[in-house]
Amino acid sequence: MWQQAINGVFLGAIYALFAVGYALVFGVLDILNLAHQAVFAVSAFIALAFVAEGHVPLAVALPVVLVAAGLVGIGLERVAFRPLRGRSDSNISGLISSLAAATILEAVALQIWGPDVQRFPIGTFPDKPLRMLGATVSALQLTIIGISVVLMAGLTTLLRATRLGRQIRAVAESPRAARILGIDVDRVIAWSFFLSSALGGAAGVLFGVAFNSVSPDMGRSVELKGLAVIILGGMGSIAGAVIAGFALGLVEVFTVVQLGSSWRDAVSFGVLFFVLLVRPSGLLGRAAIREA
Amino acid sequence: MRSGRPILCAALFALAACKGGSEPAGGGGAQAKGGTLRIGAALSMTGAAATYGQSQKNGLQAATEEVNGANSLQGIKIDLVVEDDATSKEQGINVFQRFINTDKVNVIIGPTLSTTATAADPLAQQAKVPVLAISNTSPTGITDIGDYIWRDSLTEAQVVPGAIKKAKGKIGFKNAAVLYGNDDVFTKAGYDVMKKALADENVNVVETQTFAKPDRDYSAQLTAIKAKNPEILVVSALADNASGIVAQARQLGYAGPILGGNGFNSPGFIKNAGPAAEGVLVGTSWNSASTAPANARFKELMQKRGVNPDQFTAQAYSGILVVAEAVRKAGYKTGRDDIKNAFAQVKDLDTPLGKFSFTPSRDAQHEPAVQQVKNGKFEIVEQ
Repeated sequence: MWQQAINGVFLGAIYALFAVGYALVFGVLDILNLAHQAVFAVSAFIALAFVAEGHVPLAVALPVVLVAAGLVGIGLERVAFRPLRGRSDSNISGLISSLAAATILEAVALQIWGPDVQRFPIGTFPDKPLRMLGATVSALQLTIIGISVVLMAGLTTLLRATRLGRQIRAVAESPRAARILGIDVDRVIAWSFFLSSALGGAAGVLFGVAFNSVSPDMGRSVELKGLAVIILGGMGSIAGAVIAGFALGLVEVFTVVQLGSSWRDAVSFGVLFFVLLVRPSGLLGRAAIREA
Repeated sequence: MRSGRPILCAALFALAACKGGSEPAGGGGAQAKGGTLRIGAALSMTGAAATYGQSQKNGLQAATEEVNGANSLQGIKIDLVVEDDATSKEQGINVFQRFINTDKVNVIIGPTLSTTATAADPLAQQAKVPVLAISNTSPTGITDIGDYIWRDSLTEAQVVPGAIKKAKGKIGFKNAAVLYGNDDVFTKAGYDVMKKALADENVNVVETQTFAKPDRDYSAQLTAIKAKNPEILVVSALADNASGIVAQARQLGYAGPILGGNGFNSPGFIKNAGPAAEGVLVGTSWNSASTAPANARFKELMQKRGVNPDQFTAQAYSGILVVAEAVRKAGYKTGRDDIKNAFAQVKDLDTPLGKFSFTPSRDAQHEPAVQQVKNGKFEIVEQ
């Protein structure tokens, strides 16, 4: 039982870290960025290039990759979202252009790295299993959970306590009011994309290291789960995404235990459906980012 | 292409001229002793399956020289014609048409891939030319094309049960856990085969878990499996999933044996699973370590020719032996129908693959082997 709880928390940490980036952009722009999963995959490949070909330790590569992923996010915003901003249908057109961006990024990864599943070199992270309460936890899993929690806490602090955070929340509340108050809205949105993609990139690298599996389509396995997590958490709520991420990880794991793995997705999405019936705005409501 | 055609014609003309002395090997009639047995081999010498084609050609040529050298067919000489099917259905059909109508071969060997076979074999069936497949492993759609289509390659449905049986003999497990991908035709079919094979061996399945192709985390399933303390973990997965499953199983502390389906038969599996792949068992058609005289002779012959034989070389080499045996059983007649009818009488023939016979459905019947990952390479498990 302990082992499964740890499995669930570990899986949940990755879901949450991935979904927090989704939620940030949605909270600010009311747009689903479907290219988030492509940033996830591309970041894992960039980290792999650093570690496998550049022989850079992962601890050094990770911050570099976070910045690189953030820059990809800024590029995405410039190309796929900014030209559409201000149009009355920007929610839908943004969704579609982000889907196009995802396809392009995936195709680029396919061209550069090929379709085969690759892995980080053996020994990238010293993987010692630890015994805790009769369960096996690897140091890697603990580190990944730790990094996820630190990054999510960092984002919350940033939103709450910094000037940029206050500006992001103001833009989320009302871009027009923010502009009237002298906030450079375009800059703030670009920063939101930077943060969102950096977190998505971090999730991609950690996922790739944890499961020894880096491929252009690796984002597909978390894409739908991430979407479920932000809906469950309350669209745009950071804290909601974190809670829902861990909840989904645990629900999935215990479904496998109790009902069998064939039921896993049915139960996960069944829970999502039920929560939406009872609380249509999700666990923490949709305006939460503005209060952060 | 334009410059190539006259040369090809010239070559064909020369070929025809050379064959002038021998009898035409036409349409099903009996032939006198001391004639020519013309075998047309459609192999993938170019394209995606080219690496298999080269192995097969080596096997066919070695066996042809051996049979001709030993004069074991009462003066009948094998005339081997190898053509490239280019790993494509279209080219496969062209080659078959040439074999049937122009070269008038007595029997066709090949083509390399099952996909090509599904397109080309019906032509041979229609023209009543026997075909012996030497590498088609698709359980359906090959020999059920018709009564002229035979094969000496085991299907996937045959290798897995054999592997389970052998692994059981070696390790002696009484219960097993199964993990399979339930969203893929190949892995689901592999699971069905495994389930039946385990039941046939009286192995109690204590836990069955599934995953989906995009999954990368299998820890919940593997933890549930580990909790049941199975004596072996049987997995039906494509190579991409397989490496992750094996690595995570070891990470979670499962130390028992793991047996994989045909999806594991890939160097990529060993590469991505890393040290976790060590000890994993996978079924194969050719027992390279067999000390049976037929296999020892085969390996020695290959060594002399400087060829590093693999499963495909062994199956190709055995293909020629099977055809030669059929000619013997037919009373040294080489007509197309003589050979086709005599295939059924090939019984317990000594080949590198083991004692070889055909099943009533014209598929191969011989013992598969089990290989195990040792020091990052597949090695045959000695019995």
